[in-house]
Amino acid sequence: MLRIKNLVVDHGAIRALHGVSISIEKGQLAAVIGANGAGKTTLLRTLSGLNKATDGSAAWGEINILHSKPESLVRYGISHVSEGKSVIPELTVSENLELGALWRRNRKESEKSKKDVVDLFPRLGERLSQRADSLSGGERQMLAIGRSMMAKPQLLLLDEPSLGLAPLVVEQIFQSIRDLTTALGLTVVLVEQNAMGALKIADIGIVLNLGSIAATGSAAALRDDPAVRAAYLGF
Amino acid sequence: MFEFINTLLIGITSGSIYSLMAIAIVLVWRSTRVVNFAAGGVALASTFVGATILESTGSFWIALPIGMLAGAALSSFIEYFFLRPLLKRSGEKTQEIFLPIIATLGILGVIKAVLHFIYGDKIGVISPPLSDKGFIVSGESIALSPLRLMILGVVLALMITLTLIFQRTNLGLSLRAASFAPEISRLSGIRVDAIRTLGWAISGAAGATAGILQTTNGAGSVTPEAFEFSLLLVFGFVAAVIGGIESLVGAVIGGVTLGIILAIILMYVGGSLVFFAAFIILILVLLLRPNGIIGVKGGRRA
Amino acid sequence: MVAVHNRHITNKHRFIGFFLIGLVVYILSNIVDEWRAYQGATVAVFVVAIASVILLTGYSGQISLGHGALLAVGAYTAALTQIYFSAPIWICFAAAVIMTALVGAILGTAAARLSGPYLAGTTLAFAVGLPSIANQFSILGGEQGISFDAGWPPLSLGESFTQYKWFLWIATLTALISMWWVQNILRSRYGRSWRALKSNEVAAEICGITIGRSKVLAFTVSAGIAGLSGALLAMTMNNVSPSSFPLALSFFIATGAVLSGVSTLGGVMIGSVALVAIPLIATSASDRWSGSQSLATVLPDFIVSALLILTVFLAPKGPIEKLRSRHSK
Repeated sequence: MLRIKNLVVDHGAIRALHGVSISIEKGQLAAVIGANGAGKTTLLRTLSGLNKATDGSAAWGEINILHSKPESLVRYGISHVSEGKSVIPELTVSENLELGALWRRNRKESEKSKKDVVDLFPRLGERLSQRADSLSGGERQMLAIGRSMMAKPQLLLLDEPSLGLAPLVVEQIFQSIRDLTTALGLTVVLVEQNAMGALKIADIGIVLNLGSIAATGSAAALRDDPAVRAAYLGF
Repeated sequence: MFEFINTLLIGITSGSIYSLMAIAIVLVWRSTRVVNFAAGGVALASTFVGATILESTGSFWIALPIGMLAGAALSSFIEYFFLRPLLKRSGEKTQEIFLPIIATLGILGVIKAVLHFIYGDKIGVISPPLSDKGFIVSGESIALSPLRLMILGVVLALMITLTLIFQRTNLGLSLRAASFAPEISRLSGIRVDAIRTLGWAISGAAGATAGILQTTNGAGSVTPEAFEFSLLLVFGFVAAVIGGIESLVGAVIGGVTLGIILAIILMYVGGSLVFFAAFIILILVLLLRPNGIIGVKGGRRA
Repeated sequence: MVAVHNRHITNKHRFIGFFLIGLVVYILSNIVDEWRAYQGATVAVFVVAIASVILLTGYSGQISLGHGALLAVGAYTAALTQIYFSAPIWICFAAAVIMTALVGAILGTAAARLSGPYLAGTTLAFAVGLPSIANQFSILGGEQGISFDAGWPPLSLGESFTQYKWFLWIATLTALISMWWVQNILRSRYGRSWRALKSNEVAAEICGITIGRSKVLAFTVSAGIAGLSGALLAMTMNNVSPSSFPLALSFFIATGAVLSGVSTLGGVMIGSVALVAIPLIATSASDRWSGSQSLATVLPDFIVSALLILTVFLAPKGPIEKLRSRHSK
């Protein structure tokens, strides 16, 4: 399980997270919602080792997350898909996928994982030898998620997978995330602007406001909470 | 016609050596966003190592690989102890390129001074392993000699090896990914810092080869203040920029183009205009294509 | 608030500062021997040359590795003006400034479209290429070069007034005048728009600054100043030839700019004195302690290069900014 206690993160002189405590059980899909600048992305980047924490602690099972580098955390089953369709446009689809499993140094395993990803997103299978910059926005997001699945993660950190996608595509992506979580028993932290869509597929929800937790609870409860509805769901 | 073909052959040979130097510069630029003038010093130092080995073993084919290893070691040393801490401090601000350039210039100066101190007025001799007398075609000697053929062969073999490494191996995939998108690569589990050092090492080996080949193709000997090496560095850099500074293929095209045009100018116009011609070629290419022949518009990466 | 107040220096204060520097040089010029006077003149030449690089790189954010070639343009222009028009030396200097500024404007027009490594490569090729064309045209005197004679000091200054002291006076006065002008232009509308460009091109454009024109102007002004220092350099050497302007000269000036602190004009003396003094100190040090010939030839280059690396690491904004930030803390 993921235990975050009193996490404080600074960007230079600006404090982005003011002592955030969150706890997510294994196999849960947690949606982190909130306005722009609430600290959602900072939270994810700190969990994957890209940002340094000023204070507090975060542990995934027995592993202390803070003070580790991202490339080491991947080896402990923590995988982060960063914001904005994080694929490498100069590489082919196939290479983008292989990249995710390179650290395992096992070609056979890597090929097998690639097959699993292609089963999950058949559209990628048709485009394996194309350059990633020829893909549509939705396909790129699939590729980004697919690449992180190549690492066989147990904890998946997703940063705004719906960003810039058409509503129909967003629905597909969200459905795939839900399916993956259930089928593989993943633990997922999903950061989203699209609060309604995220809360629909999530087990629990966490509302961040200006670097602090404003509300937390089961996703269903948050969806029905009038205060949350008014502030973040827009109705 | 005969003369023209000879000029082409001379140009291709020297151009292929510029290409190697350009590759050395491109590799470092891609992995760390640093214009690396220390590459000239690395080439010079490894040429001296090669000359020393050649002196004691008498074999060019032992001297070349050991010179390459020395270049790789020195280049990665520079990255690890100088550039890495420097770039960590500047917070990877990509627009700041003046200070790293100056730092590599300083390293170049230190390398030259140290070589000067070690070798004094002695010169490093890399005598041609093969004859530099041209082959005879229909009674006339052409510019293609066994030596030139060997140089072209070494350059070609190195380029093929590099292409295979970059396109076909996991290592090559890591190298490319780390240079295109360091953050995504780290999130994918690539140890980007180590991969960068490796990129510098390959660059050092390419530069070492360029230095040794340049020496054996030219005067046959080298001094710490050799003008030839300043030229190798400048023409290598110009070739890299012509090719778009990001692309290995561009570096090869840039180097060979530069070599051929300079050989033609040397032959038909006059030797003193060669350097100015290099400048004009660069300006013309960049006015037509501000990001080089194979450049990517607008530097996409963060 | 106090700090802000302290930094508020008016033009009058600056003028007094410049006057004092001039006075100090005047007094020193009467004390020191001829060799020191020559070194002093060289320092003044480097002050002007380094200022031209700092103006370009530190204030407008463009890189030039080719300023040595601009010095060559200035030097040749000054010498040719003297040879063909028998013009007085001040006119020669003015011609050097105008001609080099013109060349700078052309180069700057190309440079304005380029950035980063492309600009570095172009200016580097310029530094290597330009001086070599002197061999192509007989009017430029080939490898021997052409002479540039500042003339004997006027008799009214006394019979014991030496040639090098005269150089020192001319170079110092020129340096002071040009520095005065440079620091004024940096605080003018143009200076502000260059700094805006350097920190953020897009924001500057939105604020109505024409990027291209502004960059070309910076290049032109910088080149004009570089040309002036080239003419001064020719004066101290009595001669202009391609070998006086090797690639190393461009690197040397860039080195001086970094040692001075590339982001402010304030430290320009530090770099120029360092460039002139370090080789002397190194030579006398190795003479005294080891007497080894090879060490003596190597030490100056080694120290300059090592100092360069240290500066980039320890005081990337230059010694002046380093002190300033320490004081304000």
